[in-house]
Amino acid sequence: MNILKKQSKFILGLISLIIITFISGCNDLAVLDPKGPVALQQKDLIMLSIGFMLFIVLVVFVLFTFMIVRYRERPENADYEPPQDEGSKVLELIWTAIPVLIVIALAVPTVKTIYALEEPPKAPSHKNPVVVHATSVDWKWIFTYPEENIETVNYLNIPEDRPILFKLTSADSMAALWIPQLGGQEYNMAGMETELYLQADEPGTYNGRNANFTGEGFAKQKFTVTAQTEEDYEQWVEEAQSARKLTQEKYNELMKKEIYTDELTFSSTHLEWVDHAKQADYAVKVRKGIDPEKDKQEENDSHHGSHH
Amino acid sequence: MKWDEFFVTGDPFIYAADASIVFTSIGIVFVLTYYKKWKWLWSEWLTTVDHKKIGIMYIIAAVLMLFRGGVDALLMRAQITAPGSEILKSQHYNEIFTTHGTIMIIFMAMPFLIGLINFAVPLQIGARDVAYPYLNAVSFWTFFFGAMLFNISFVIGGSPSAGWTSYVPLAGEELSPGPGQNYYLLGLQIAGIGTLLTGINFLVTILKMRAPGMSIIRMPMFTWSTLITMILIIFAFPVLTVALALMTFDRLFGSHFLTLADGGLPMLWLNLFWIWGHPEVYIVILPAFGIFSEIISTFARKTLFGYKAMVWSMVSIAGLSFIVWVHHFFTMGANAVVNSFFSITTMAIAIPTGVKIFNWLFTLYKGRIKITSAMLWSLAFIPNFTIGGVTGVMLAMAAADYQYHNTYFLVSHFHYVLISGTVFACFAGLYFWYPKMFGHRLNERIGKWSFWLFMIGFNVCFFPMYFLGLDGMPRRIYTYEWADGWFDLNVVATIGAIGMAIGFVLLIYNIYWSFRYAERETTGDPWDGRTLEWSTHTPVPFYNFAIIPEVSGLDAYSRMKRDPAQEKKKEYKPIHMPNYSGKPIFMSVAFFISGFGLVFEWWWMAILGLIGVLAMLLLRSFDYDDGYYVPVDEVERIEKSYE
Amino acid sequence: MEYVHSDNGKHDAPDTPLEYQSETGRLNILGFWVFLGAEIALFATLFASYLVLVGRYADGPTPGELFEVKGVLIETFLLLTSSFTCGLAIHEMRRNSLKGLIVWLGITLLLGLGFLGFEIYEFVHYIHEGASLTTSAYWSGFFVLVGTHGAHVTMGIAWMILIIIQLVQRGLTKQTTRKVFVASLYWHFLDVVWIFIFTAVYLYGMVMHHG
Repeated sequence: MNILKKQSKFILGLISLIIITFISGCNDLAVLDPKGPVALQQKDLIMLSIGFMLFIVLVVFVLFTFMIVRYRERPENADYEPPQDEGSKVLELIWTAIPVLIVIALAVPTVKTIYALEEPPKAPSHKNPVVVHATSVDWKWIFTYPEENIETVNYLNIPEDRPILFKLTSADSMAALWIPQLGGQEYNMAGMETELYLQADEPGTYNGRNANFTGEGFAKQKFTVTAQTEEDYEQWVEEAQSARKLTQEKYNELMKKEIYTDELTFSSTHLEWVDHAKQADYAVKVRKGIDPEKDKQEENDSHHGSHH
Repeated sequence: MKWDEFFVTGDPFIYAADASIVFTSIGIVFVLTYYKKWKWLWSEWLTTVDHKKIGIMYIIAAVLMLFRGGVDALLMRAQITAPGSEILKSQHYNEIFTTHGTIMIIFMAMPFLIGLINFAVPLQIGARDVAYPYLNAVSFWTFFFGAMLFNISFVIGGSPSAGWTSYVPLAGEELSPGPGQNYYLLGLQIAGIGTLLTGINFLVTILKMRAPGMSIIRMPMFTWSTLITMILIIFAFPVLTVALALMTFDRLFGSHFLTLADGGLPMLWLNLFWIWGHPEVYIVILPAFGIFSEIISTFARKTLFGYKAMVWSMVSIAGLSFIVWVHHFFTMGANAVVNSFFSITTMAIAIPTGVKIFNWLFTLYKGRIKITSAMLWSLAFIPNFTIGGVTGVMLAMAAADYQYHNTYFLVSHFHYVLISGTVFACFAGLYFWYPKMFGHRLNERIGKWSFWLFMIGFNVCFFPMYFLGLDGMPRRIYTYEWADGWFDLNVVATIGAIGMAIGFVLLIYNIYWSFRYAERETTGDPWDGRTLEWSTHTPVPFYNFAIIPEVSGLDAYSRMKRDPAQEKKKEYKPIHMPNYSGKPIFMSVAFFISGFGLVFEWWWMAILGLIGVLAMLLLRSFDYDDGYYVPVDEVERIEKSYE
Repeated sequence: MEYVHSDNGKHDAPDTPLEYQSETGRLNILGFWVFLGAEIALFATLFASYLVLVGRYADGPTPGELFEVKGVLIETFLLLTSSFTCGLAIHEMRRNSLKGLIVWLGITLLLGLGFLGFEIYEFVHYIHEGASLTTSAYWSGFFVLVGTHGAHVTMGIAWMILIIIQLVQRGLTKQTTRKVFVASLYWHFLDVVWIFIFTAVYLYGMVMHHG
């Protein structure tokens, strides 16, 4: 009896704990405190699913509590012989149908959101997206603004109310660009280019990081995102365009596998000599001391020489 | 290679581990010698082909691995509790979460369940052993030496550190040079041989060796879950074999399957890994469902509600498990069609799982529920697994998953399903079948303390992690900053982990206490069981059943007890049994040697080991040992001894 | 090993093949079929891996540059014929002719060795032409897929040699016939896999180049 009471109390306590924590804690959590339309859509989807899930949890917990309280063995029911019923078609049909309906109810908004996130956010503005190439290197972030011809390391400035089209790639291990308050993550992969739209609704500083494990320096591979008003952003772009140029020598230094947390600004981009989405082994070759371009040329020559 | 490269050095934890390994080994050797138990160990256990003993050895190995994986977990919790702490260095932390994950899935969850399957399934179907007793021993010993190969990495050569998923390019030669990752590849490869053989063995056993009258729809639910699991193993494990082989070729022989250079395709690994990996999740959860079904039905004193629906839901879960693997990398940038498809297939798994949950609940309905330790673990499974399940549905919604992926939300989800699913089932099954294995029950009082500490600790540990995930805490970071604001919840989680640890220690203490003091079990049927394993004596004679039982319906033993007139007069016949053999352990040692050689790229050793393996295969081919017959008077003598 | 249930007699009928007359025989043959199921999963995975790597030649040669119809056709002919002679061996076994069985198994073995010889020659030729395991992702896929099949054939040959020795030692018994039968299943399976390799690797590779 004692344990029975404890158990039902515990379970009731757990239910209330879940509800209370959800209600009280939500606004402080980064993912549930969106600052842009992408993160907002995701938050809405999450809250919707939490609603359905709490309903399911509630049904199961109530039934569970009822069963173990009501049908617990006690001295007074010691002679009771339970009926050996083998099932009930009707009941089983009901609890097959309800999950089917819930899955449909969740699948529709999920698919809608999946498709919506492929496009640039429509509201509140219809401006052209800013294109930013985000390249992850063990263990740092390189952001390239090809249209503005600037490149930054470990920090990202963006204008508010304007979609940012990230073109993601990696120089080595697989990473994931994630700015929780602006929206979900996507992988950076060497030899591949993935696209991700994000947007900030208001000026502010947001945390960005690599979310996918990349080894020793993983925990330190972070960056700051500053969303600025259009004017501030334009001013920053102008300043950046007068920074020093990025040389290949300097860039190859950045290819080193090491934790690097300094913030840098350059007025030219590495796309002039390498696009990691097309040349997956650039960083590997640089680290080995092989000139990545020269080597490729030689191999081509020798190969075509011997086979044609 | 220098000695200080061969042995891992420079870390006090490792020296402590070195010392404990040496002392434990000396201790074991001393005890065995002092009590003159070497011959007993060899002839009763190491060479055995008896499914019951093999099952027990699996469980012992799994409990040791649970201890190792648990220590890893506690070290991780210690490091991650407070921001900026430096108890472990980054590299060490990475090694520990890699070994934690790999050990818990491959060397703890699977062998624990396979151990219970080994022990219980042949008894449940009224068989005298499995279809291939010799192969069964090969399965165990390849698993065991695969596990040993993986485990010595932390004192010799260094542990793998690319995560249990070992994503390339990180796990490739360029970014993770050295023996660590090789240990992962070869340890899993060798253990995988054993798993595949288990799959074939038990599939044929269940299909062909059921007692007369036990049609396929009269099989106990645990046997059903095992049958489906074995089919999953047979089709999923070859995929892992290939995936591991490709990475091994890349690392050891310079091929370019998964490399950054020369056209390699790292995504190939992710796909192959999860095409195996998702069915693997169900390989460790379906037998758990089977165990809960048996226990809930036994202690509610009711036949399982919706037997056929239970079977069909497992079949559909197994089928769906092969078409959901992309949900492990929704964030890879696949197009909307792909992500939508895999979102929906994944959510669809919730339907058969939901059906099962309600069938379990209605098995309790109008029952007379006896709360034993085994039943406590099984009952606790229902609400806890529901939490794990619904968060799984949330993760299945691809658009939302972009926010959960790689975070503590995910960590919490899979611990909720794997602990309240698999681990609770292992403990429940252990309490349930323990009397049959060892001839005495485990103590209920200690068992209940252990349960409540572990179960509450589990919730305290993992529930906060959902919120840490939603607050942007990625998995696998070894440290964070005060400014991140994750300190409070991490402290709570660590307190929970301590609760779980104490619960585990109490379980081990319970085994010791019960061994010393518990009342011996003589009836053979301590729980008023429903299935055939309870119909034979305790301890189980080596031939299991003197006379193969005849089955007249579901819950075969319940029917026999209700209708004792059915019992026929006892007329013994000679019983054919297989001989024990030392070849499986020798062959697995040869695999170990070969694997160790490959880890360090010492080719002579690798080839030497391989020759050993081939030699054992050759010997086996010329081995026409067809077992022996237990004569009738011997059977009579043994049967009398139980009266 | 009849430690399950005793034979109920239906398998003792005179037309039941020897290898199916014992419980062990029946169990082992079924188990081997299941094992072949796992082998299908293994080769399917290798094929899938190979196919996604087609076109990833890096700076190495393309298959169209190296594949030669003649050698591959000879290999195919040898292996297909060996499957046929393996069938004849089983036919002889069912006729209770030990001598016929050994002769046809021997011929199967020789054809298998011939296949292996040509395959090794082919591999050496490719390596000489600058296409090895380490050349590019494509060639890694090629050598591991075709090489895994070749390794299976090698195992099959070694296995058959052991079985022939045991046949000579023991004649036709429940155990030896079971071994022969299981080995023949294995051999036919390798033949089927080769047909897929011939189509997916060689034909496809040559057509892609010329087409």
